Amino acid sequence: MNYKKTRYTLLYLMLGIMLLFSPKFSLNAQAEEEEFDPGEYIMEHITDDYGWHITTYNEHHITVPLPVILFDGGNFVVFSSGKFHQGQQAYKGYALGFTEDTDGSIVKLGGNYADYTGELNYEEACPPIDHVCKYDVSITKNVCALLVSIILLCWIFLSVAKKYKEGPLKAPKGLQSFLEPIILFIRDEVVIPSIGEDKYQKYFPYLLTLFFFILVNNLMGLIPIFPGGANLTGNITVTAVLAIITFFITNISANKHYWKDIFNSPGVPWWLKFPIPLMPLVEFIGVFTKPFVLMIRLFANITAGHIIVLGFLSLIFIFGAMSPAIGYAVSPVSVFFYIFMGLLELLVAFIQAYVFTLLSAIYIGMATEEPHHEELAN
Amino acid sequence: MTLLASLITPSFGLLVWMLIGFGILVFILAKFAWPVITKSIAQREAYIENQLAEAEKVKNELANLSKKHDEMMAQTKAERDKILGDARKISEKMYEDAKIKANNEATALIEDAKKAINFEKMKAIIDVKNEIANLSIDIAEKLIRKELSDKDKQNQLVEDWMKGINQN
Repeated sequence: MNYKKTRYTLLYLMLGIMLLFSPKFSLNAQAEEEEFDPGEYIMEHITDDYGWHITTYNEHHITVPLPVILFDGGNFVVFSSGKFHQGQQAYKGYALGFTEDTDGSIVKLGGNYADYTGELNYEEACPPIDHVCKYDVSITKNVCALLVSIILLCWIFLSVAKKYKEGPLKAPKGLQSFLEPIILFIRDEVVIPSIGEDKYQKYFPYLLTLFFFILVNNLMGLIPIFPGGANLTGNITVTAVLAIITFFITNISANKHYWKDIFNSPGVPWWLKFPIPLMPLVEFIGVFTKPFVLMIRLFANITAGHIIVLGFLSLIFIFGAMSPAIGYAVSPVSVFFYIFMGLLELLVAFIQAYVFTLLSAIYIGMATEEPHHEELAN
Repeated sequence: MTLLASLITPSFGLLVWMLIGFGILVFILAKFAWPVITKSIAQREAYIENQLAEAEKVKNELANLSKKHDEMMAQTKAERDKILGDARKISEKMYEDAKIKANNEATALIEDAKKAINFEKMKAIIDVKNEIANLSIDIAEKLIRKELSDKDKQNQLVEDWMKGINQN
């Protein structure tokens, strides 16, 4: 009985989603005047932006304007990204980059436009570009998502910590009981086996934060509406920062044994070390490739997932542009694959958070590992 | 190509925000959340472990107690049986002793009686003997008196006696 009910609910849900994504509904206005470009559509979703575009309704872009903060010419310039009007206007001489090189960044216009506020007409009178604003610390879509996730994480874990403080011997409840097995899993299956029972405590807070930061942002990236949907963990800057932190922690806490193993690897024939230090070189490069691979893995996995999901959605619009009938025919298949990919992404969200944390823990473990007794004897 | 380039080009602003934001996040959580959570979890784990160990101990103790109880019961039973047995033995012995004593007493009494009877018998016999002796002496006296009434017979008797003495 219940099963049947659930099945019907699912069916209605799918129909509803199909209707939402059907070409007639959302593409009515756009399809008539401009061709749908899936590449642009996908890139818009996975790259950073100065405003947070939510939807387009009747040719009006509904966007959450975010503050632009520039450090330009020795002082801070702060204004709302809404002033750009999707690149249609300039504000005090600042405009969104419109050439191929400057796409995605903010440029300072030169010449007559140096302090210009108002409409820009690139075709008739292309304004000269003075320079690209290098020190751009705007609250972009990704920064906004970052802040949201930080607040969310703080709220989650401070409230959970409060609950623990209230009754450390009580059985966990609610959010606490969802998080506790994960925390225990990280501790018992990831951190302790990699670093060791006696040293893990020093690195445990960082690794826990790392895991939950990646996990929460992976999951938020899967939510298609406003506070979610930003591709934060699929952004190379974010993954790079995480990888760099792991790199620094690894190398700062590395002991003599670790460096000795790198420059004089045991169990390697001497002619690989002398006269050409081939192995030491490979090992030394490995010090940098490890975090580099961490960075690329997370970035590529999450971005690829988003691209595939969005690709399936784009199929509807592509076929819908040919003929609404084909669009309708394709949409169930697309929605099916979308849901399938969504679930896969959910899995990937956990796996990638786990893998990043596990590898970070293993690298730290390798760096802090004490020499074995057999080696000492040799 | 620009699409790919924009994907893999780190952006300065996000880098700054990420460093600051993630740094603050690690700081806040490492200061206010993780120590409390991990300590509480460890504390609870230790508590549960203790409780389990204690439960095991109590269980063992209970088992011990019941064993002791059983032992005590068995001991008490044995003691009771022993006491009862002893009592029975004592009573039996007393009975036997009493019996033996009674027997002995009876025997002694009988012996005494026998002795008394014998004594009396002997006494009676002696009396009878004396009586008989007296009687016979009397008879003999009478006889002798009668016999000695004539002289011949007196001589005859002396002669007989003398014969008897000679023969001796």
